Amino acid sequence: MRTLRLLTVGTLLHAKQISRSPFEVAIALVVPVVQATLAVYLFRSGGEQHRLLEAAVGAGVMGVWSSVLFGSGGAIQNQRWQGTLEMIMLAPRRPALVILPITIATGVTGTYALLATLVWGRVLYGIRLDFAHPVAFVVAAVVCVIGLGMFGLLLASTFVLMRNANALANTLEYPVWLISGMLVPITVLPAWTTPIAAILPTTWGARALREATSGGPVWPSILLCLGISLVCLVIGALTLTHVERRARAAATLALA
Amino acid sequence: MGSDYAIEADDLRRTYRARTGWLRPKRTEVEAVRGVTFTVGRGELFGLLGPNGAGKTTTIKMLNTLLIPTSGTARVCGHDVVEQTKEVRRRIGYVFGGDRGLYDRLSALDNLRYFAELYGVAPREQKRRIAELLELVGLAGRERERVEGYSRGMRQRLHIARGLLHSPDVLFLDEPSIGVDPVAARELRRTVGDLAATGTTVLLTTHYMAEADELCDRIAVIADGEIQALGTPAELRRRADGLRVVEVEAYGVPETAVDALRGLPGVRETAVEVKGALQLLTVHSDAHVDVQGDVLRELAGIRLGRVNSREPTLEDAYVAIVSTA
Ligand SMILES: Nc1ncnc2c1ncn2[C@@H]1O[C@H](COP(=O)(O)OP(=O)(O)OP(=O)(O)O)[C@@H](O)[C@H]1O
Ligand SMILES: [Mg+2]
Repeated sequence: MRTLRLLTVGTLLHAKQISRSPFEVAIALVVPVVQATLAVYLFRSGGEQHRLLEAAVGAGVMGVWSSVLFGSGGAIQNQRWQGTLEMIMLAPRRPALVILPITIATGVTGTYALLATLVWGRVLYGIRLDFAHPVAFVVAAVVCVIGLGMFGLLLASTFVLMRNANALANTLEYPVWLISGMLVPITVLPAWTTPIAAILPTTWGARALREATSGGPVWPSILLCLGISLVCLVIGALTLTHVERRARAAATLALA
Repeated sequence: MGSDYAIEADDLRRTYRARTGWLRPKRTEVEAVRGVTFTVGRGELFGLLGPNGAGKTTTIKMLNTLLIPTSGTARVCGHDVVEQTKEVRRRIGYVFGGDRGLYDRLSALDNLRYFAELYGVAPREQKRRIAELLELVGLAGRERERVEGYSRGMRQRLHIARGLLHSPDVLFLDEPSIGVDPVAARELRRTVGDLAATGTTVLLTTHYMAEADELCDRIAVIADGEIQALGTPAELRRRADGLRVVEVEAYGVPETAVDALRGLPGVRETAVEVKGALQLLTVHSDAHVDVQGDVLRELAGIRLGRVNSREPTLEDAYVAIVSTA
């Protein structure tokens, strides 16, 4: 109960802190419009209403992913720069519990991109927002965000171990978009990408959302997304405990 | 609980290893703390004084679990700082000087809420505790403003409130009065004194001698990573026994004249402090030699202000200890 409270309060406050950054605000204003436009022009040729909505959702998920990738990947470094890393690591909590709210918060702020893309799609291009399974869509969106947050913890903990984490983050943005089928169906991708796609939580999250949009079983995908994310959480938590101890030995918690 | 002491440090050492340079990395090593041993009793207010880079912050960070000692051991409330970090962290508060370490785009209230949650303050107590602390540090009424709009002193006070949220048994204060105005600093001293009086153990570092003198039960003077002196303020002051201090205000003293003062018989230490156009010369000498006449003779022809011969203070004792280190 205490843990859940910590996660909730932590996530909300970190989301507040992140979303008030001028940089984030600027991105949040521009990106969804671009994404909605992209979705429409890529799929207008098909002319099918459902394909349009599906594309807008896919584009929105791409926004969530970008937010998690850059936000979580840099989460620990960001806290270090703010000088808050020492203060939060000093709490009598597992390191994973301290960092997880931050990575989920990057997913939550990313959700704004998803919603805004849908709204702009509606306002600018008249995409009709009729989902096949509206309730399942909401559940899928929540699971997707929390799942990506857990995946983000894995990114956060492994990225601090790497010297050129920023470069890595940049190279991961587009491949994951593609491989997880956020923009085009996985079926049109080369066969070798299938196993990679299968172990990425983003694939199942995006798929659940797509199924909820245009019809499909939804729930199996949601469960798979959650399952894989939990595995990421466990690995991320173990890595983070190791990272924390190493940082205390190497004096890298503070900005030296 | 088992231990009589709140803090026990036994031969703590810490070496920083750093890699500098990118193309041709060079390894550098800094021995920041070299064998520090001391104990602090429960409810005691213990001061750690020393020049910049002496190893005060490093010592504190080893005690509050942020740094693992290179060698030596330490216990806080009987718990080992390396092996039982969770037990230690539950019982300690840490406040450092400066304006970083807060969430700038959140309000003071949100900052405190978040840390209350992190430190496991019971939900039903949070509201009362936060209100109490805001009152204590004088931020009540401004708690809903974002921290980015706070002055330096306000941030410092928020830091202090944050450190006290979970009513820690042991409080580490690393230069808590930096950037705090004199009135607020006096209140801060009273707060710290009250905390110690009600049983909180405090380990304090500061560069203000008067603050240390007023607050601390005992003081350790640390320089070059080693403890040079340890005792009550009165005991340390006695270190300066047999010392006499002459202070001269002067304008435009050349370096050569200062050197000449250092060479006078009976003179131990000479320091120059610049205060605007004015220079304040402080000459420490053996008490049985009256150097005032000699000093004034060396400064003949230089415009002088007030000349004053006095008993040594804690600051003089500190200067004497540190300069012989
Ligand atoms: N992260 C670090 N990496 C390398 N060297 C460090 C690091 N932190 C401190 N040092 C070095 O260790 C020595 C002791 O530093 P420390 O911060 O403990 O001093 P201090 O007594 O707190 O000084 P101040 O009064 O300026 O706060 C200094 O020489 C400093 O340069
Ligand atoms: Mg320091």
